[in-house]
Formats: sequence, structure tokens, C-alpha cells
Amino acid sequence: MRLLISAALTTLATGSAMASEATISIDIPQLNVAEYHKPYVAMWVEAADGGKITNLAVWYDTKHKDNEGTKWLKDVRQWWRRTGRELTLPADGLSSPTRAPGNHQLKFDSAAKPLNELTPGSYQLVIEAAREVGGRELLRIPFEWPPKAPTTADAKGESELGAVTLKLTP
Amino acid sequence: MTRRLKIALIAASVSLLALPAQAHRAWLLPSATVLSGADAWITVDAAISNDLFYFEHHPMQLDNLSIEGPDGKTVAPENQGKGRYRSTFDVKLVQPGTYRLTVMNQGVFANYKVDGQTKRWRGKAADLEKAIPANATDVNISENHSRVESFVTSGKPSTDALKPTGSGLEMIPVTHPNNLAAGEKATFRLTLDGQPASGVDVEVVPGGIRYRDKLNDSKVTTDASGTFSVTWPGPGFYWMSASVRDDKSQIKNAQRRSSYSTTVEVLPQ
Repeated sequence: MRLLISAALTTLATGSAMASEATISIDIPQLNVAEYHKPYVAMWVEAADGGKITNLAVWYDTKHKDNEGTKWLKDVRQWWRRTGRELTLPADGLSSPTRAPGNHQLKFDSAAKPLNELTPGSYQLVIEAAREVGGRELLRIPFEWPPKAPTTADAKGESELGAVTLKLTP
Repeated sequence: MTRRLKIALIAASVSLLALPAQAHRAWLLPSATVLSGADAWITVDAAISNDLFYFEHHPMQLDNLSIEGPDGKTVAPENQGKGRYRSTFDVKLVQPGTYRLTVMNQGVFANYKVDGQTKRWRGKAADLEKAIPANATDVNISENHSRVESFVTSGKPSTDALKPTGSGLEMIPVTHPNNLAAGEKATFRLTLDGQPASGVDVEVVPGGIRYRDKLNDSKVTTDASGTFSVTWPGPGFYWMSASVRDDKSQIKNAQRRSSYSTTVEVLPQ
């Protein structure tokens, strides 16, 4: 009897393994410049019509004393204007230090924040990068949520971002 | 009616049309209008010039500078200086929100004839009566009220500092002045002494003439509610200016000229 109950409970618990998953792969390009600084990067999801913003990640210089790294957040200008200026950083689960050139992966589960807030519909994944004494670039990847089949979509930056890939698994 | 009075009245009415137009542009130019971070500072240039936004004529007097903070309280400028072609001052943006920078000037201009010689006078309304001699003819008096503004925001934009005072020609932003982007339409409203200023021409001039041939200025007229819109052709600083002439001066027999100009920054998408 006890075995049956615990088996049933396990099934209930793993019932949420039906959750969709989103993996973002982002390449920070290696740049041959006189003075290199790792870029500030913001990633967010917005509804296809530009409404409802869901922040995914913000990479900025968290090491500056007195949180001075926030001085340049406004240079990630589309993100700043759409959502950043309403936030208080650092924010747990959202902000983290800048990343070095190379490939970086972020995984999001639809059962957990922030994707659990996403209602079914058409969206865009937006990635914006701004580099100190460098330039700024913004990429968009449209997608449908929740994914009905495994999908891969990508975008390629020309200057401050390399390849960005969005993999969705239902 | 005496002949002299008749002449004076005719001369006065004719010269109402001949009041000198503003030859130069007065403007404030903040070092940035959109800022992030807790310890944000701006430095502001204040100048009067022909071309925008170049310093080539006069520094602006900062005696009547006032800075309103996001909580509606006055903020003191720091490190004020006056150079040959511009005045400057710094502002520490202690609180997040929107700040309004205003230089407001009021004065009276008069010109008149004494013994065939044209004389000019400029000063305060209180000193006017004593300033003009009894035997003056062709007296033209103009009361001038001008407001020059700009806006900066640290963090999240707010609107408390954007409230009108109800005096003179003012701009009430319908679109927040620090939320302007290239290609988008922005809407503003003009009021004169708190009432909608309709049918007023607003001149919109993008900066940077030095590096191109065409000024690319445009004119838009306010509608019945005093509202006008601008769709920004590109990013950069823009100067917008309007003025209204009427006879609603508090001074007897004076014309009134109320003017407003502002510098706004339009960011790229």
C-alpha cells in the first residue's frame, strides 16, 4: 500500500516534467581592439507587438565598488528604455557579471521564473550588447510559445555579438 | 484729440508690427538627458547663438536659472562658470526621476524719439515710467517674457517636475521629453498663462548644421488645444521654439511677447 502511494506521488511530482525548455546560446566575439572591455548584455522577451516585457538576463560590471557599474546600463539603450530603467540592479536571478569572449549558454524552464509568466503567443527574443569604448548591437529572434515541436532559430551579429541561437523543446 | 497724440498713436500702431524679431537662439544643452546609476551628474551648457548647437555668440546669463527635481523641490546648480561663448553649470541628480532646467527672463524694451533721435531702453517694468522722458514721441513698449528649458532623467522617468506654472508661454509634454526616439512621433502642448495656445507656429531645428547643407528645420502649428506633434527624422538634439505677440501686457500701451524654447534629445532606436 505504502509503495503504491509513494509511486503515485512521484508521478504527480514529475508530472511537471512536461515543462518546455528554452536554451539560448550566445557568442561573445573575440575582438582585436586597442582597449577591450567585456560587453554589457541584456536579454529579454517581448510580445510580437512590442508589449509585455520579460527580462531574462543582464550582464554588467557588478565588480565596481558602490555599484558604479550601473552608470553604463543606459548604454544598452533599447533595453534601458523598454524595461531596464524600471528595475533595481543588482537583481537576484537576473543580473550577473559580464562574460568573456566565447560561447555562453543559458537555460530556462517554463515551470520556473521568468518563463512561467509567458502566456501562449508570438514573441521575440531580444539580445542587446553595448561595449565600453566600442559599439552597440541588437538582435531579434521571433518564436512561438509554448513550442509545439523542437525548434531552433538563430541570428548573427556583425560587430558586438556573434551567433545567437534559441533552442526550444516542448 | 491732439495732433501729437494722434501721430503717436498711429506711429505706435505701425511700429507694433516692426518689433525686432529674435535674431539669435537661446538654448541649454545637457551633457546627457538619459542617465543610469546612483551617482549621476550632468553638466549643462547655456548659450545664445545663431547655429545649433554651436557656441559662437554670447554666454547665457544664469541669474534666473532654476532646476526643479523629481520631488518638485529646487535643486542648486554647482560649479557655475561663464566663458566667452557659453555659461556652464553642473547638476547632481541625487534622486531618480525627471529634472526640469529653466532659465526664465522678463524684461521691458522701449524705444522712443526725443528731438528726432531714437532712444532705446531696457529694464524692469517698475523702472519704466521714470525712464521715458515726458517729451518722448513714438513710444513703443514691449514686455518680453521668455522661458528656455531642457529636461534630464536619471533612472525611471517621472512627471512631477513637468507641471506648468500657469504663467507665460509653456510647454506641457504629452510625450515624456526624455522618452524620445528616432522615427517616433512625440506630442507636446503649449499654454499661454495656463490657457491652450492655439494657432502658434513652432519651429523645430535639428542640431549639426555645420556638417550638412540643409538646415532641415520644420514648422508645425498648434491646434485648438495648443497641441502639436513632431515625428523625429533622426537621432540628435533638437531645438523647438515658439513665441506669441499680443497686447495683454500688464503695462499700459505695451505689447507683450511671450516666448518658449526647449532642447530635447532624441535617441536612436
